Amino acid sequence: MTNALGGLAAVLPTAVDPAMAVTSAGGAIDVAWLLVALPALGAAVLLLAGRRSDRWGHLLGVAMPVASFVVAAAIWVQMLGLSGAERVAELDLGTWLSAGTFTVDLGVRVDPLSMTFVLLVTFVGSLIHVYSIAYMEHDPNRRRFFAYLNLFVAAMLLLVLADSYVLLFVGWEGVGLASYLLIGFWEHERPNAVAAKKAFVTNRVGDLGLLTAIMAMGLLFGTTDIGLVNRGAESAGEGWATVLGLLLLLAACGKSAQFPLQAWLGDAMAGPTPVSALIHAATMVTAGVYLVVRSGGIYDAAPTALLVVSIVGAITLLYGAIVGCAKDDIKKTLAASTMSQIGYMMLAAGLGPIGYAFAIFHLLTHGFFKAGLFLGAGSVMHGMNDQVDMRRFGGLATSMKVTWVTMALGWLAIIGVPPFSGFWSKDKIVESAYAVADGQGWQPWVLGTVALVGVGITAFYMSRLFFMTFHGTRRWDDGHGVPGDAGETADVQHPHESPALMTWPMILLAVGSAVLGGALAVGGAFTTWLEPVTGHAEHHEPVLPVPVIMTATFVLLLAGAFLAWRQYAAAPVAVVPPRGSLLTRAARRDLFQDTVNEALLMRPGQYLTRSLVFGDRTVVDGAVTGVAAGTAGSGELLRRLQTGFVRSYALQMVVGIVALVAVVLAVRI
Amino acid sequence: MNLSNYLVLSVLLFSIGATTVLVRRNAIIVFMGVELMLNAANLAFVTFARMHGDLTGQVVAFFVMVVAAAEVVVGLAIIVAIYRTRRSASVDDVNLLKS
Repeated sequence: MTNALGGLAAVLPTAVDPAMAVTSAGGAIDVAWLLVALPALGAAVLLLAGRRSDRWGHLLGVAMPVASFVVAAAIWVQMLGLSGAERVAELDLGTWLSAGTFTVDLGVRVDPLSMTFVLLVTFVGSLIHVYSIAYMEHDPNRRRFFAYLNLFVAAMLLLVLADSYVLLFVGWEGVGLASYLLIGFWEHERPNAVAAKKAFVTNRVGDLGLLTAIMAMGLLFGTTDIGLVNRGAESAGEGWATVLGLLLLLAACGKSAQFPLQAWLGDAMAGPTPVSALIHAATMVTAGVYLVVRSGGIYDAAPTALLVVSIVGAITLLYGAIVGCAKDDIKKTLAASTMSQIGYMMLAAGLGPIGYAFAIFHLLTHGFFKAGLFLGAGSVMHGMNDQVDMRRFGGLATSMKVTWVTMALGWLAIIGVPPFSGFWSKDKIVESAYAVADGQGWQPWVLGTVALVGVGITAFYMSRLFFMTFHGTRRWDDGHGVPGDAGETADVQHPHESPALMTWPMILLAVGSAVLGGALAVGGAFTTWLEPVTGHAEHHEPVLPVPVIMTATFVLLLAGAFLAWRQYAAAPVAVVPPRGSLLTRAARRDLFQDTVNEALLMRPGQYLTRSLVFGDRTVVDGAVTGVAAGTAGSGELLRRLQTGFVRSYALQMVVGIVALVAVVLAVRI
Repeated sequence: MNLSNYLVLSVLLFSIGATTVLVRRNAIIVFMGVELMLNAANLAFVTFARMHGDLTGQVVAFFVMVVAAAEVVVGLAIIVAIYRTRRSASVDDVNLLKS
């Protein structure tokens, strides 16, 4: 396969000057730039060709990520044949920016970490592209949708393959743009447009952190090359490393919807469901975790920043989990769960080298099961006339067998039931959270317990979602009324299984959810694979014995799931949401995140802009228009002197001369 | 005879000339006022030359006469040109530049 691809590369016109390219490893790695170029080409063709490509646009849209995946697989196969140290390759594509002594090289960094992401993005991305063919079949703008999806894939691959922070930033902004375009894909409805804008603005706050960090890197190291910066981070001193770490964390918080920049993710569910699955669950929102792990060198030199990363992760983990328990909207529940799961990854990343690998491992398994769950939710919506309220579902297991089974696998994976994927990654995170690094007192206890409690809550809200949707009593109108519903009429529903184009991606993702974690965890295969990037972590003993932690995790998991079963499967579920406790009501409103943001940031910001506009109008514009008005006014006055009569001009001259003479005489005497 | 009487006459002539320029509308009369002012100035020059025993003033008076002759030629030509186009010698009618 490698040879076949090498041959293909020779035939294809290369955009890279052969003299510039450093043949670092040979073979498929040399064409790594194709990974980004193919989907970018797809997006360009689809956007430029316009309506002419409406008929075949979706096929091209699917072909590009699939082609990227084939290239990625070829590179991966080639890398498997290399030894650990040889797996890190930097492909130089020439100089991009040159400003005096400061230059930015255009380059691609192929190593186990970036390849993990590339494989995840292209594989899950391809499946979701296939799913979208059927899901968006009746949308007149399907071609535009595929163009944006391709744009996203290209930007995401650029983000993970970039060899400098500046290039990474381009991808970072690219995925933000794609996310904005896709959340607001149905922008003719106002809430969608507002949600897109909210996501975009919140992300800008985080981007400010990344931009400032890049500037600081330029100042400190004179380069933004990821490898050089991370190797040199220690020389900058702990203070600067902490500053860089916190700035990068701000960026990560924006992109990954971590506390306190988490508010946009729930609203982002306004986009089409495949978008939620690909961008707001499996790939883009995990870019923050990638950034933290990729900047491991900086964080290694800044223990304080690292601790803040885990604390942010721990807060978001609980935050998302609590919000997830109260939401009735199936997509918003999944969004809250995404937030919480990324909280787990952040927590793990904040543990330093022992956690990096597990953060990425959880990211990988999460990418599979969460994308599967979202596609399942999309399939349920597809069969239920776009209904998203779980209180209007119930008993769907019999009408949608494939969706039911695939979502069951995703559900078992996310709550961490052995031997499904989530168990292998999440259990390791809980275990490492309890591990003691040097001189830590309270941290393992607090972080470990938060992670442990999170397992229980996750089990509860995911089981709640699963039971409310597929089990319990039917709460939708099948043409003979809703049982137990007093008068309120819902649409008549005819739940049906989705077409094969939708079910097959779900099945493949479900298989991944079931076996991927176990397959990669055997003998620490995944940890070893990442070692060239994350470094070898020494083993730290947890504060509690491992069997105790595992048992506690399992007991909490069963308790959460049992509670959900008793409440939402065994007992009838009210169609109208009950008032609920104070916490439930707060969680329904996302724990007042919007209220806080509006009171603390939005309104003061609006006042500030309004007063600035007022100041601009009165002071700055006032000075300018005042000068103009003064000139015009005095001109108006002077105009009266111009009578057009020669004698009046002569009189003025005489008066002037007399005045002059008088002045001269007065001065003389 | 006191030389200052010549100066008084010069001032009177100048004032009459200036007043003529300012109040009359007929271009020819205005022109005559200008001539009167020039000659008043000449008289003053000659008087001062006499008072100081210096010939410079008299020389300047000759120059003024030369300039006045040239000015008459140009000025009358302009007045004739204007009269031909506008059928009037009134200076108030020559206001095309205004608005």
